[in-house]
Amino acid sequence: MLVEPTDEQEAFRKVVRDFAASEIAPHAEAWDRDHTFPVDVVLAMGELGLFGLPFPEEYGGGGADLTTLCIAIEELARVDQSMAITLEAGVGLGANPIFQFGTEEQRQRWLPDLVAGRALGGFGLTEPDAGSDAGGTRTRAVLDDAAGEWVIDGEKAFITNSGTPITSLVTVTAVTASVGGRPEISAIVVPAGTAGFEVQPPYRKMGWHASDTHGLSFVDCRVPADHLLGERGRGFAQFLSILDDGRVAIAALALGVIECCLEECRRYANERVAFGRAIGANQAVAFKVADLAVMAEAARALVYGAAVRRDAGRSFKKEAAIAKLYACEAAVTATREATQIFGGYGFMDETLVSRQYRDAKILEIGEGTSEIQRLVISRELGLPVQ
Amino acid sequence: MREVDSETMKIVVCVKQVPDSWAEKTLGADNTLDRGSVDAVMNELDEYAVEEALRLQEAHGGEVIVLSMGPSQTTDTIRKALSMGADSGVHVIDDGLHGSDAVATSLALAKAIEGRGADLVIFGSESTDARMSVVPAMVAERLGLPQLTFSSSVSVEGSTVRTNRVTEYGYDVVEASLPALVSVVEKINEPRYPSFKGIMAAKKKKVETVDLAGLGVSADQVGLAGSWSAVEEAAARPPKAKGTIVTDDGAGGTAIADFLSAQKFI
Repeated sequence: MLVEPTDEQEAFRKVVRDFAASEIAPHAEAWDRDHTFPVDVVLAMGELGLFGLPFPEEYGGGGADLTTLCIAIEELARVDQSMAITLEAGVGLGANPIFQFGTEEQRQRWLPDLVAGRALGGFGLTEPDAGSDAGGTRTRAVLDDAAGEWVIDGEKAFITNSGTPITSLVTVTAVTASVGGRPEISAIVVPAGTAGFEVQPPYRKMGWHASDTHGLSFVDCRVPADHLLGERGRGFAQFLSILDDGRVAIAALALGVIECCLEECRRYANERVAFGRAIGANQAVAFKVADLAVMAEAARALVYGAAVRRDAGRSFKKEAAIAKLYACEAAVTATREATQIFGGYGFMDETLVSRQYRDAKILEIGEGTSEIQRLVISRELGLPVQ
Repeated sequence: MREVDSETMKIVVCVKQVPDSWAEKTLGADNTLDRGSVDAVMNELDEYAVEEALRLQEAHGGEVIVLSMGPSQTTDTIRKALSMGADSGVHVIDDGLHGSDAVATSLALAKAIEGRGADLVIFGSESTDARMSVVPAMVAERLGLPQLTFSSSVSVEGSTVRTNRVTEYGYDVVEASLPALVSVVEKINEPRYPSFKGIMAAKKKKVETVDLAGLGVSADQVGLAGSWSAVEEAAARPPKAKGTIVTDDGAGGTAIADFLSAQKFI
């Protein structure tokens, strides 16, 4: 089911494309090289309304939908995955849990800054020894009744947007009790700067160098009892329920990457001359470019098919997993082939497709690995898979 | 002279839709631009004009009306200005306007502005397609307004508008009483991007369409027939000729001097 974008969505796509071309593309190589998180550009993305797209206007949001958010993420990813993931995580992991599970008072307190892009939030679920396997969660939070405070101790790993100069909070999952031998996991909001909450130095990563990623540690970290987000004991379940949105958004990011490869390779195959003719005259190159076009079309259909179902209020769990699985694996293939087409230049860090290649691998891992997507799809198909 | 107060200040910004600067352009049989064959965008300098109008409105209040003349796709450019924040639009559209030169265009624009009670009319100082920079002055003349062209800054105080007029040696500070007409250069500001909210809000804003009859202009005053100038012939720019390479075998300096002298540079 594909629905044509509205005139407004198309107009918005043009604006984001212009913004990406003027404000991001000229600097992305330097940010990648120097591992710079460009705060000013992220704030400008906020002014453009990107961080508020899917949230209601009463919190300063754009009142748009997942489809429109996907358009923005796709356009950013065409020039730089780091800024695209900064937006995706800011919306999906920073603001969305607070919007979905926060009390009205919590929403009023934290959402307006996140929605305006004046501040960023992170979501601390993954730990050194626990990811999709929530049962492995070691971080603990104990309610100190006398003080009216949660006391948090533990470690989180690979947390996006958790250590930027504008990070205002991180929502962390922690074991708050043991029920019948199983851990009870809850989500608690920890404001940046809380005593006992330490942001580790940035990771050395293979890609996404301009995206902010840190390990976090909590030692006797105390936050008020009213920072519990949503229902006690439902922290992981709550998170699972909003994962599907994120999968579609990551798939949109992957789509932008494939489109970038297609555009760059089509140009290069026409320009680059070898043996007296454009390399695109060789079927070995031309067919690779043709395959990129196929991947882009297929990914677009899956991404917006899933987003439109979501926006229409229909079930989309299977569609989200399929879109994420296909688009992200295709993005890795597309960037690898694009790098091949660029030959020696493709191996140079400053070449756009080379950066896209390094950046793309994480797409098969983050927000649910490809294997987890296959598991979700298998279960949706009714298979007795373990 | 008119005292402007924040409730009533009215700014008309004139914008033009032009072919994307990067696009290959072709001419139709009548030597006018084939608009169907290229992507159209808002003339870049006009974005600065819209931005300046919005900043003046933010400082003084009032109303910003965006006005554009052109075929039906011009609505995209008007919508863009509305999504940046202008309050309403006026679209001057009539098949009879096709092929209007600067003089004819200035007549249609002046008629469209006339009677709207504008305190300030703002233009970009030139369009990226025609590049003549004469329309703002012509419109000012037709409306009997003081013209403050090539402005790199604009401020309004009471009934006075003051601008920095860019010159070869720097700038002149010029002022005029309102109502007045200003054209702006790209140094003046950094135009904003429309936000998604702005785009959605623009959908609901009013765009009035006006044809020649509505303007009180007759068909023989505008268009190809009513224009004072016409493009007789056009040719593509010849490809760049190969440069001359002088190998310096001791007489390089003389060879360069001879070359410059032959080109009458020295």
